[in-house]
Amino acid sequence: MYTEKVMDHFQNPRNVGEIENASGVGTVGNAKCGDIMRIYLDIDENKVIRDVKFKTFGCGAAVATSSMATELVKGKTIYEALQVTNKAVMEALDGLPPVKVHCSLLAEEAIHAALWDYAEKHDIKIEGLEKPKSDIHEDEEEEEEEY
Amino acid sequence: MDRLIYLDNAATTKTAPEVVEAMMPYFTEYYGNPSSVYGFAAANKEVVTAQREKIAGALGAAPNEIYFTAGGSESDNWALVATAEAYGAKGKHIITSKIEHHAILHTCEYLEKRGFEITYLDVDGNGEVKLEQLREAIREDTILISVMFANNEIGTIQPIQEIGAIAKEHGILFHTDAVQAFGQVPIDVDACHIDMLSASGHKLNGPKGIGFLYIRKGVKIRSFIHGGAQERKRRAGTENVPGIVGFGKAAERAVTTMKERTAKERELRDYLIKRIETEIPYCRLNGDRANRLPNNINFSFQFIEGESLLIMLDMKGICASSGSACTSGSLDPSHVLLAIGLPHEIAHGSLRLTLSDETTKEDLDYVAESLKEIVQNLRNMSPLYEDFVKKQSK
Repeated sequence: MYTEKVMDHFQNPRNVGEIENASGVGTVGNAKCGDIMRIYLDIDENKVIRDVKFKTFGCGAAVATSSMATELVKGKTIYEALQVTNKAVMEALDGLPPVKVHCSLLAEEAIHAALWDYAEKHDIKIEGLEKPKSDIHEDEEEEEEEY
Repeated sequence: MDRLIYLDNAATTKTAPEVVEAMMPYFTEYYGNPSSVYGFAAANKEVVTAQREKIAGALGAAPNEIYFTAGGSESDNWALVATAEAYGAKGKHIITSKIEHHAILHTCEYLEKRGFEITYLDVDGNGEVKLEQLREAIREDTILISVMFANNEIGTIQPIQEIGAIAKEHGILFHTDAVQAFGQVPIDVDACHIDMLSASGHKLNGPKGIGFLYIRKGVKIRSFIHGGAQERKRRAGTENVPGIVGFGKAAERAVTTMKERTAKERELRDYLIKRIETEIPYCRLNGDRANRLPNNINFSFQFIEGESLLIMLDMKGICASSGSACTSGSLDPSHVLLAIGLPHEIAHGSLRLTLSDETTKEDLDYVAESLKEIVQNLRNMSPLYEDFVKKQSK
């Protein structure tokens, strides 16, 4: 069902983890649908993404697209990172099954959400960046159930 | 990775070698059509009858109450649609449960579009139908109650005898989907007041593509497949003789080995359940702890998603299944897990392991070790787990 590249990025995901005091953090998706992605960006004074980490709750494609997205933005300027589309992520993975295309959209959105957070924190405006829609922090009030 | 540990026996089972052996001659030697006149083929009619007797014996039914079909889904469709047609003049109300197989639920939706009213009974947290609610749901125009014998996902066995008694008391037909239960637990159609029962061959080490519908004598349900006099004119089509022979052999095998086999499976099942519960935190056993199919294990692991878990297990040679949305082809997780009250995110992280008589303790130790490692790895990658840990340390 998945390409070799997807399987590789799922089994050996690149850049898993957290960044303390990250320049920007974005979380998108929601647990109800079964996908949540969180991206941490460490951005230097030249607006270059020095480091990037991710955490993902989701299926194989969700993990693989997160992993690939981090690879694609690492070392890029924030403006270049903004140009990394879901299509680019999919192509880099040699494609995704049709039902999993939304995972690549989520990965693009997660990058945008992290960039948005960075822009807000540093009080700058990034040309072409819109406020991400599915940032779960907007409606995170729902308490998680435990047992 | 040469190791293969198959723990998806609720999906399908390995066809037993003796079953295949019994079937083989009916492909290559005795291939005649049982409806033919000449002796070469007509002997196959007796062969089919002999299998019918074996299967009827396993249920406490009469041989002429067993109608062979192409499988469990056909049997379920037939039972519902044909009953609705035959008894539609008497009433348009059918009662079923929220945790039925889609062969029942989708057929109910089909009937709803054709003027029937369906009541979907709730289940409790263990997946058991609430008898009180069933009693209250019964109306003047209720023609059928259809509740599965045991659930395919969480393994919970329903109070079939009590449901049957309620149906009988009100003069309502009672159908049960016993696809998972047949060959796993003893079934007596008279004691349970069952009027119709669906079963399938490939769930009990028989071949795929063969099933049956038990129809109690006197129930006036019509033909579903038209075009011939086979199966007492109620199910047309040349008999799948090799399939029927295989099913007969498999049923015989399942019944004779049931006590010993299921005792062993229960022991192994409880062993793995205990290991998972004591060694993996934040998990939940789904389904009734005691009143469940002998080979069924179903867990939810918090903070992780089922498909990821399945792929990781597959890498280690372990075949399992999940009720996560990603594995169901829809956006919602399993309707069964939602019906027992699990929140979406927990239902997404479910895992079903179903044992066979070939499963060993060694296999399960390997599964427990693999599962421990995989769940931890996925949690380390999960933002939900990260948030949870941070909240805990506050």
